[in-house]
Order: sequence, then structure tokens, then C-alpha cells
Amino acid sequence: MTEPKPLVLLVEDEVQMRTFVRLALTSHGHRVLEVDTGREALQQAAAHTPDLILLDLGLPDIDGLEVTRQLREWSATPVIVISARGQEKQKVEALDAGADDYLTKPFGSAELMARIRVALRHAARTAQDPLSSVVTIGTLRIDLGRRQISVGDREVHLTPIEYKLLVALTKHAGMVLTHKQLLDQVWGPGHAHQMQYLRVYMAQLRQKLEENPAHPLYLVTEPGVGYRLKSEG
Amino acid sequence: MTEKRPDPDELLARVREEEARAARGRLTIFFGAAPGVGKTYTMLEAARLEAEDQKRDVVIGIAETHGRYDTGSLLIGLELLPRRVVDHRGIKLEEFDLDGALRRRPQLILVDELAHSNAAGSRHLKRWQDVEELLDAGIDVFTSLNVQHLESLNDVVAQVTGVIVRETVPDAVFDKAYEVRVVDLPVDQLLERLQEGKVYVADQAAARALGNFFKEGNLIALRELALRRTAERVEAKMRGYKAAHGIEESWHTGERVLVCVSASPHSALLIRAARRMATSLHAELIGCYVETPASIRMSSGDRERLAQNMRLVESLGGDPVTLRAEDGAIETVRYARKRNVTKIVVGKPTHPRWRDVLKASFLDNLVRQSREIDVYVISGLPTAPPPVRAAAGRRTPYGDPFGYAAGVATVVTAAVSAWFLFGRKELADVVMVFLLGVVLVSMRFGYGPSLLAAVLSVLAFDFFFVPPYLSFAVTDLSHIVTFGVMFLVAVVISGLTNRIRDQADSARGRERRTASLYAVSRELGAATARLTLLQTAARHVQEVFNVKVAVLLPGRGDELEIVHADEGTLAEGDKDLGVADWVWNHQRSAGAGTDTLPLARALFVPLMGSRGRVGVLALYPSPDSRLDDPDERQLLHTIAGLIGSSLERTELADEARRAALRIETEQLRNALLSSVSHDLRTPLGVVTGATSALLEDDIPKDDAVRRQLLMTVHEEALRLNLLVRNLLDMTRLEAGALKVQKDLQPLEEVVGSSLDRMEDRLRGREVQASIPADLPLVPFDAILIEQVLINLLENATKYSPAGTPIEVRAFGHEDEVEVEVADRGPGVAKQDVERIFDKFYRAREGEGGGVGLGLTICRGIVSAHGGRIWVEGRSGGGAAFRFTLPLEKAAPSTVGTMTGALEQEVR
Repeated sequence: MTEPKPLVLLVEDEVQMRTFVRLALTSHGHRVLEVDTGREALQQAAAHTPDLILLDLGLPDIDGLEVTRQLREWSATPVIVISARGQEKQKVEALDAGADDYLTKPFGSAELMARIRVALRHAARTAQDPLSSVVTIGTLRIDLGRRQISVGDREVHLTPIEYKLLVALTKHAGMVLTHKQLLDQVWGPGHAHQMQYLRVYMAQLRQKLEENPAHPLYLVTEPGVGYRLKSEG
Repeated sequence: MTEKRPDPDELLARVREEEARAARGRLTIFFGAAPGVGKTYTMLEAARLEAEDQKRDVVIGIAETHGRYDTGSLLIGLELLPRRVVDHRGIKLEEFDLDGALRRRPQLILVDELAHSNAAGSRHLKRWQDVEELLDAGIDVFTSLNVQHLESLNDVVAQVTGVIVRETVPDAVFDKAYEVRVVDLPVDQLLERLQEGKVYVADQAAARALGNFFKEGNLIALRELALRRTAERVEAKMRGYKAAHGIEESWHTGERVLVCVSASPHSALLIRAARRMATSLHAELIGCYVETPASIRMSSGDRERLAQNMRLVESLGGDPVTLRAEDGAIETVRYARKRNVTKIVVGKPTHPRWRDVLKASFLDNLVRQSREIDVYVISGLPTAPPPVRAAAGRRTPYGDPFGYAAGVATVVTAAVSAWFLFGRKELADVVMVFLLGVVLVSMRFGYGPSLLAAVLSVLAFDFFFVPPYLSFAVTDLSHIVTFGVMFLVAVVISGLTNRIRDQADSARGRERRTASLYAVSRELGAATARLTLLQTAARHVQEVFNVKVAVLLPGRGDELEIVHADEGTLAEGDKDLGVADWVWNHQRSAGAGTDTLPLARALFVPLMGSRGRVGVLALYPSPDSRLDDPDERQLLHTIAGLIGSSLERTELADEARRAALRIETEQLRNALLSSVSHDLRTPLGVVTGATSALLEDDIPKDDAVRRQLLMTVHEEALRLNLLVRNLLDMTRLEAGALKVQKDLQPLEEVVGSSLDRMEDRLRGREVQASIPADLPLVPFDAILIEQVLINLLENATKYSPAGTPIEVRAFGHEDEVEVEVADRGPGVAKQDVERIFDKFYRAREGEGGGVGLGLTICRGIVSAHGGRIWVEGRSGGGAAFRFTLPLEKAAPSTVGTMTGALEQEVR
């Protein structure tokens, strides 16, 4: 463990919230850079190239969605947006605009740290080696090199589309993928509005991978947002 | 003394009148005896004073300077309203722009020539109606008027000068005016001005007419009339003042004048005479028309004239009344007695004397019956033009050609059958057969054919049955008597039969009106919902008047909206909508067949309730409808009144419901306040207490205590979060801000995500989720249904002992999906089964710590999806909350078949 402590840029205008997140982060060994406006966030992101950005959607100057858009023009730094209830639409837009994951207030520090961990790991992986050829989550084993999937001892056969879907989710394991992102990645950009396809294939995938599709262990639905392949816990 | 005290009702009426007058604009009339006295000049001068000295916003709507320099120069510096150009059959006419004036809204506007008739296509037929509208809008108006244009003096002027003036202004306008300024000029000076060419004369023809008009004698008479009429007005004002201040007893002397109105053209003269009499006696005027069975046969021209006469009564400030009776005279006197009429004005009879011998005349009967009431018989005649009989449009004036043919045929049949039955022997019987024929013809075809049949019968009888046969010659003189008697009997029979027919017709018409009124009132009374009421009303109006109907009611912001429209009637963007708006704003009928906006396709009638306007009814006449018939009009207004009050009733009912709802909301708000203040304070108290204990340095804390305190704070914070979330959801639900975005999706997704989200709370519980694999896709809003499931799961964890299992199941039915969340708790008591979904209702007070909103939110969301939610007891103990989500028709039956199809497509 020689790597330096990761630097997190915290963009949040509420002081209390900032205090809580700072304490949680520093106690886990992260360095924290705090700003309270979207403009400052963009400046600081350019100046300090943080490893991760925590971005509140309800900022006083430019809204979080716009910050995400501008940021994504030149930076691949993982962004986790923090939204309140009732901001579902902005949340999905931010995700579609390139944010990596989201947290809904109120959240606990365990949840916060888990999301940060996943996002950092994902960033590190894409930067260095693309994806280890075998991914194991619980009893689910995905061998990307040999295109083999098994649950426990049982081998699962997937149709090409189901496979593509699972691969997309695996690449972002632990992170949410919006409906639009999944449709884009699996079917191509022309199918962005055909949500039915996605739902039906996800159901099919759950049937094949989950013991109880109504209480899934791996393929979790985020209502109104998209899907997430659980990677831990 | 008491007599001098003003009557409270009258005082109240006067106060109201004054209030209305305050809101209304003030009308100043510059009144003159003849053209050329300088009305326009005086008016402009006065306007300049208003504009310059009083600094009022003055606009000249229309002022006829007729190119006179001195008058024209007065216009300088005053704002001129652009005139409206009307294209009438290729001729461009300039008109006063009423809408422009209303838009401009000056404080004072000048509108010259009050008696002017507007060009076709204008909103109103007459300019004085434009002025009324300006006044209604609160704009003061200056206008000019000559004495000969005043309605009640119209015929007097005609008698004096021999010139009939067609453009008249109702006296009511003159009497209601705020101020009348007489513009007077001695006759010599006027004549001088005329000779100098200072009086405007439109063209040569008019000049000739005016040549007669501007005779010295005429001008003196006109001047006298104008001054006298003004004096009358001043006197009335004086009396009004005295009455208002209790100086003199109320001016109603108890006199009432009733004038008998008929369809005759002389009737108008009679009405004006009666009005003058009433004015001089300070009496009320009643115009009374009695409809007798015989008058049913009236031609459409007569009907129109009658309607005009009745309108004249109204425009002269009288009370028009239509009665129905067998005998006009008796009914008139009966009514007069009822209304305490002191004088009856009736026209001189115009029919020949001999008719009185046969049948007592109206006048005769009236005089006999009248007893203490004075009867004034007034000559209606000389100066009036002879009555123009309407040639066409009469209902069987003397029958249609078919009737005459039938009359001939009947006589032939009668002749042939008489021949075969009796030969030439029994002449009396033969006569009977012919008479029978006449009766049949008169019963079936009316007066004309029956007369023809009577004549033909006599001729046929003579020709075929009376010797010498086949000749009209008569040898026996006694046969002549037979012919005479036969003819007379035939005529009398046809007369009688006809009368019976007319009476039957009249009775039928009355019955039809009564029946339709009865049906309308009954059905309208029964309808409670506005929509059904409107449909019922529209259907009846349609049937009764043979018209197409549209109804407009005020929507939001008092703008009229079409709520019902038959095919081919009103549509959005229709230009007749402007007419509807006008009717709505002025609460008077307008459109086809009226004086206002007569070019509209429909007749627009305001719907009035007891508290004011309710809506507008539009009637699109068909060729069969008889909306111009006064009876039909009256029926229409009665029905419109019924519809109006029924609409008002439903509105009041709605209002009452809303009020009840408001009270309920108020109560709920109070309940919410007490509940919320308790439920919010408890966790806040705990959090504050625990954290302050943690912060205090002097309280010793080991790690276990510290952890205990922190756990409590965390739990209470979660509880607060839940509470606030529920409150917010409830608010959104109630504000109607909840939008359901239905997407077709597998139910298991939302079950899975809610279980995932509840992971912490469900720890240590066995959760069984079973959803059949072949369940179809269900249309629902994932976020909202997830909320329902979370609330139900939360309830299950709250109200069942820790460690007991919770089950989530779904069942597919034919047209809906049923979802169940079941626990093994104590279940729900019977009396709570219904109320548990009510707002703030908690089955077990104090337990669980909710506000009693969770289930209410569930019900709101489920019913927004078109489903139901309820609770059942479970065998073996526990509660099962179930809700349904309806399936839509096109939902694919199973996930499997759909994937198969899609896979094909994608490859």
C-alpha cells in the first residue's frame, strides 16, 4: 500500500453536510478539498485533478448537472452525485451526462464509503488494466475471456444480448447504469427509447442468474434510474 | 305623518339605483328641437371645457361637423377616435368604432346623433345601444338628439309636420340620462341660419323633405315639444328629489294605465298615446295583449308587428303582458282588476257596424265589464299608413291547393253516393249527405275548402237533383229556399268546425309548451351532475325549438368555455364566440333575430340564476324553428331561466361540497398539527438529549454507553426522516402534484428493489418473496409502487414481532395483478379494516411511532393507478395487505414470449 491518499473534491453548499462528509472521509484516510459552488468546483477540479468528485445537485450557482457536463468535456475523474428526494429527474440526467454513481440524502457513512471505494476501483481499473478476465461476486462467476457464466456449480447459458447486458453491468460492477446507458451500450444509440427491451432482458437475466428473481442478490433495480450489479455485501 | 315617511323598499331601490348609476357612466344629452340649432357645436364646446378645465380624458367618438368651419375648429386639440370602415355592398361606410372606444376607455366620449341607425354588420342596430354599452362600461357620454327622434313623440311629430321619422330612441334612454341640456334657438334665427346654408342637408331629396319640415309653424311646434318634454323630465326629477327627502308623499298616485295591444299597426299610436297619458298622470303603464284561440291563426307579419308593439311598450317604460283566454275583453278586465288598473286605453273599432250585430265587439264587452275602471277609446287612425297585409306566410289563409282539390273531390263523392243511395226522391236525405261532405272538408282542410265545398254542394244539388235536371235553372221557388238554407247551414258548420279546430290547435300548442316545461323542470330537477344537466337541457331545447344547441359556461378566470356543442354549431375560434361574450357581459340576448349583432348565426340567450349570470345558451335555428314567435320566445326564456337556476343549483351544491371539504381539511390540518407536533418532537427530544449527554464532559461514559446513545440518535433520525418523507408525499398527493408515469415492467423489479432498500430493517427476518415467472408485465410507476411496498413492509416490520416471517406475493388475474404483503402480527381488528387507510388513523396509538399516513399514501398511489387496496386477516394469524394494479389490454402475456420475439428482431 504505497499509493498516496486519494484526494476527494467535495462540492456541497450546506455546512453541516460538508462537515459530516469530511469527517467520514478523513477518518478513512482520504484527503478532502471542499468547495461550495459549481464554479469553484470546476476551477478546483482543473487545478488539483482530484481522484474523485462528490457533487451535490442543488448548488446555489450552476446546477450539478451543468457542472457534470462541463467537467466531462475534459476530465474522466469519477463523479458521484448527491441528490435529495424529489430530484430523481436531475439525478438521472446527471448520470446520463457522465456521472458515475449517486447517493440519496440521507445516507450513512458506510454507504458513502462503499460507493467511493467502488468508484475509485473502477477508475483505477480502466486506467491500468482493462478488466480482469474473471469477475466473482458471491457465487456468481463471470469469465469474460471464455464467455462462461456460472452460479455456484451451475453453468448458465445466455443469449448474445443477455451476455452483452451482463458484460456492460460487470464493467461497472457496483455502480448504477441508467436505462439509457444500458440501451446505448447493448443495442446502440438508436434504441434509447425502447425501455421494454431492456426490462424484458433484465427479467430474463434475473431468471437465469438469481435464485429468487423477486429478491435478487446481484441484479438490483434502481426504480426510475436503471440497474446495478452488486459487487459487495 | 307616517304617510310622509318614504317607503323603505322604495328607498332601498333608490339607493341601488344610485349605486348602479355611480358605477355606470353618465349620459348627457344635448337636446334640440330641430337640426341646425347647434347641438354639435354646444356639445363640442362643453367637451373642451371638460378636457381643458376639468383635465378629463376626452375622446371624440363621432362628431358630425358637416364641414362647418366654426364647429370643426372646436375639434382642434381633442383626440379623435378613428372610425370603423364598414363595407356594405361595395360602399364604404364610416361608422363609430364601439370596440375601439371600449378599448381606449376614455373618461368621456362624444357620440353625436344618438338616433343614428348603424350600418349592417355592426354590433347593434342602433347607436343608442352602442351608447348604452359605453355607459355600462363606466364611460361618460355626450350625445345629441332631436325631439322628433324621441319614441313617444314620434307620432305627434308626424302629425304636426307630416314627416315620419324612422330613427327613434326609446324614452327610457332619455329619462335615465344624467343630464339633458336643451340647445335652444329662436325659430327666426334658425330659419335665418337655414337660409344662410348653415344647416346641413344631405342631398336634394332630403332637402325637399326638409323644405316641408322647416316651416315656421312646424319649428314652433317642435320647439314647444322639446321644451315641454324637458320640463317634464325636470319635473319628474323634482318629484324624485322630494320623494327621496320625504318632502312629499311618493309620486305613485296609484294610477295605472292599461293599454290594449294588438297586432294592428294602429296599436303603436295607441301605445304612445297611453304612454303620454300615463306620464301626465304619473301612472304606471301596462301593455296587455290577450291571445284568443282565433289569434292562433295570425300571420307571421302580424306576429312580428305584435312583437314590435310589445317591444314598444317596453321601450316606453311600460310593462308588456301577454294573457291567454277565450274572450279578450273579459280577460283584460279581469287582469286590469287584479293589477288595480284605473284606466284602460283601447282603440276605436275599425270593423263595419253590422259585425257588432252578429257578435258583440271587444270594445262593447270591455265597456260592459269594466264597471269602475275608466275606458278611454282613442282614435288610432288618420296619419298612420294603411296596414300592409302580409300576403305570404299565413297558415292556411284559405287553405292549400290540395285542400281545395279535396273539397271538390268530396263534393263529387257526396253527389255520387247520394245518387246511388237515394236517387232523386229523398231530397232532404241528399242534402244531409252534402252537408256531411262539407263537415268532413272543414274538419280536415279548413275554412276555404269548406266554403268551396258548400258552394259546390249547392250547385251540384241544383244541377243533378233538382228538376229540371242537368241544369242550373230552378222551377220550384221553394228550392231556392232549400239552397239558401243549405248554404247557410254549410257555412255555419264550417265556421264552427274551424273554431273547434283552432281551439284544439291552441290547446295543443299550450299543452305542448306546458308538457315541455314540465318535462324540462322535472328532468333538470333530477339531474345533479353538471354534465348530465347540460345534456338534458340541450336535448330538451333541441326538441322543443327544433334548433341545434351549444352551451357556454364560465371556466377558470371567468372566461366562457364551450361545454356542450351540437354538431355544426360552435367551435373553438368561431367568430360567434364574440357574441357569446357580449351576451355574457351584458346579460341580454343577442344574435340572430335580435337588435344586437343580428348577423350572428345563432341566437344567444343568457342563462341567469337567482344570484346572477350562470352561462350562455346558443340556439342555431333550423328552417322549421319558429324562434321569432313571441310564444316560443317566452317559452325559451322560461326554459333558459330553468336551466340557469338548475345550473346555479349544481354550482351551489358543488360549493357546499367544497365548503364541507374545506372544513374537513381544516379539521385534518388541526389533527396534523397536533399529531405532527407530537411525532416530530419525540424523536427531536431524544436526539437533543442523547447528543447533549454525549457532549457533556462531566458525565462518565464508557464505550458501551456511548454506543447506546449514538444508536438511539441514529434510530430517531431515521424515524424523523420517514416521517418527513410521508408528510411530503401526503402533501404532494393532496395537492394533486403526484404524476403517475406508467411504464410496462416486471413486478419483480420493484419488489426486489424495495426489499433491497429495506435490507437493514428486514435484517433478522425471514422474507419470502414469490412472484410467478409467467406474470405479465404490469403498467405502473416504479418509484411510486416501490413506495407502496416500502410502506407496507415497514408496517409489517413495525406491527409484527421481531423474527416472524414476512411474505410478499403476487398473483396474476385476468385483468389485474394482485400483490400481497403479509405478516404474522396480531392482525387488524374488524372495526379498523376500513379506517386504517384513513389519514392520521392509527390502529394502535403510540405503537410503531408513525403519524398514520403510510397507508393513506399507499391508497392514494394505488388508486392513482386505478387499483384497490385493502387488508385481510390471515388464517393462522397476521394481516395481509393486498393491492391490485390493473393490466392494460395490450400487455404481452408473458416475459418469455416477448423475449423470444425480441431476440429475433435484434438479431
